[in-house]
Amino acid sequence: MILFEQVSKTYPNGFQAVKDLNFRIDAGEFIVFIGPSGCGKSTTMKMINRLVPHTGGTISINGKNITKENPVDLRRNIGYVIQQVGLFPHYTIEDNIAVVLSLLGWKEAKRKQRAAELLQMVGLEPDRFAKRYPRELSGGQQQRVGVARALAADPEIVLMDEPFGALDPITREQLQNELIQLQRTMKKTIIFVTHDMDEALKMGDRIAVMKDGAILQFDTPEKLMKEPVHGFVETFIGKNRIYQNPEYISVTDIMRDNPATATEILSPAKAMSMMRQRRTDTLILVDDRGTFCGIVSAYDLQSKLEQIRTIQEISQPNEPILHQSATAKDALIAITTTKFGILPVVDDKKRVVGVITRSSLLTAFAEHWAGKEVT
Amino acid sequence: MRGSLWEQLVKQLGMRWEDLIVASAKHLGLVSFSMLIAILIGLPLGILITRKKILTNWVLGGAGILQTIPSLALLGFMIPMFGIGMNTAIAALFLYSLLPIIRNTYTGIQDVDKSTIEAAKGMGMTGTQILFRIQLPLALSVIMAGIRTATVINVGTATIAAFIGAGGLGDFIFLGITRNIDALILLGALPAALLALLLDYLLGFLERVTTPRGLKI
Repeated sequence: MILFEQVSKTYPNGFQAVKDLNFRIDAGEFIVFIGPSGCGKSTTMKMINRLVPHTGGTISINGKNITKENPVDLRRNIGYVIQQVGLFPHYTIEDNIAVVLSLLGWKEAKRKQRAAELLQMVGLEPDRFAKRYPRELSGGQQQRVGVARALAADPEIVLMDEPFGALDPITREQLQNELIQLQRTMKKTIIFVTHDMDEALKMGDRIAVMKDGAILQFDTPEKLMKEPVHGFVETFIGKNRIYQNPEYISVTDIMRDNPATATEILSPAKAMSMMRQRRTDTLILVDDRGTFCGIVSAYDLQSKLEQIRTIQEISQPNEPILHQSATAKDALIAITTTKFGILPVVDDKKRVVGVITRSSLLTAFAEHWAGKEVT
Repeated sequence: MRGSLWEQLVKQLGMRWEDLIVASAKHLGLVSFSMLIAILIGLPLGILITRKKILTNWVLGGAGILQTIPSLALLGFMIPMFGIGMNTAIAALFLYSLLPIIRNTYTGIQDVDKSTIEAAKGMGMTGTQILFRIQLPLALSVIMAGIRTATVINVGTATIAAFIGAGGLGDFIFLGITRNIDALILLGALPAALLALLLDYLLGFLERVTTPRGLKI
């Protein structure tokens, strides 16, 4: 657990890099610091391992004030990954990974074994890579080694300063995914600095948006997108961002309320006129408590108009429905499996509360891209 | 006439080859002794000024000024302090060799990739560990280049030391000038040039074998 209490950093020339930071990071959290250049995100991160000493307030790790600890010992217990990787060119890959272990006084055989283990973990074949030198590796491979090096002594906390910023998009995505996997199995506390919002939303359990040395909002990705507390946060995230991440949009935000519903005992003629009136080609059948029973389509109704007495006979009860807690992404996936292109949205008691149609989905996204808010 | 230059050279060599060997050894002694002191003092000084920034300009500036003093004048200044002979010569040669060594040590260490140092620090290396495990090994080739430059200059400058009675290959050169025997000048100058080339080659070889393998790739 990392705790910041009224932490600030003022340089001797009077420049205040960060001011009055108050937050708490729990063990096992993946925290992303994001903001434009010079916002103080890297400074904030580097204060944790005292590469940048803070000048005001208290930073504590697991209840211990870090200024009371020897900075060298502190750093050996915190993993550190930087954008430029910073491998030692005159050390083999194996020795690079084991740097902290040798500082901690591990025996050589144990170091080698651990290095091999870590190479395996970051997806590099130990037999092929252990004895090679950093300059023989590609950028992506080097940063894999950088990550392995940070994890060598199995630290609780890992600091990562734009670790994938210098990689090509494909390698970056690969490493991001692998880091997420690693984090799931190892449950490290990761502090990750980036200026790439996509990366932040993808990686972070919580994201701190910084500007001019202050944290504007520190929230889950979902909350940041849905309820930005500050105009800057909204602009920085990008207004349309949530529509690139439909898994964060609730179906209730995009469904049509007041759908055309009918009871099962309705006569075909009445159903026909109801459809005409509501300008729809489907009716959702409900019982007297409003519970979903099935769907009737205009096509079926038309072709069997003379043969049936109630519309129950042509009802399709097994069409997919969505619970109101579902997301727009679920809706996008489910809509393709529907026969009539409509998805009733129901509550816990299966009562119909709204409907999503192909056209309402399209409208929701299209209106947004056209610059209008969805209501 | 005294015959061609070549004939003269052979003649002089036949007459003085024993003196030549003694003078070469002495020359080598002047150079290596002064270089040794220059390395022992210049290297730590170069390291010091990477860590104490207020000293940087003073030290580099001071060594630079020493370099600009004409060598004859410097020898002259030294005589009151060290008398006539080898001591003065070594002191002067030492001062001349300082600048390339200090400057290259400083530059070599400064030029080590900042991210490498940051990573080392971030992993919990102490200042001394960073110096010996990272900075010096990575700066080695630049430092060696400084030592090579200093050595080559030193071999040439050491010939002037004969003026103040320090001996060495300069003796032949001055003798040749005063007696107007070109062959005698060559008898001093050629071995001095060869010595410079030889030492440069040997130091270059030393540099190659001490360069860490990871840097040669």
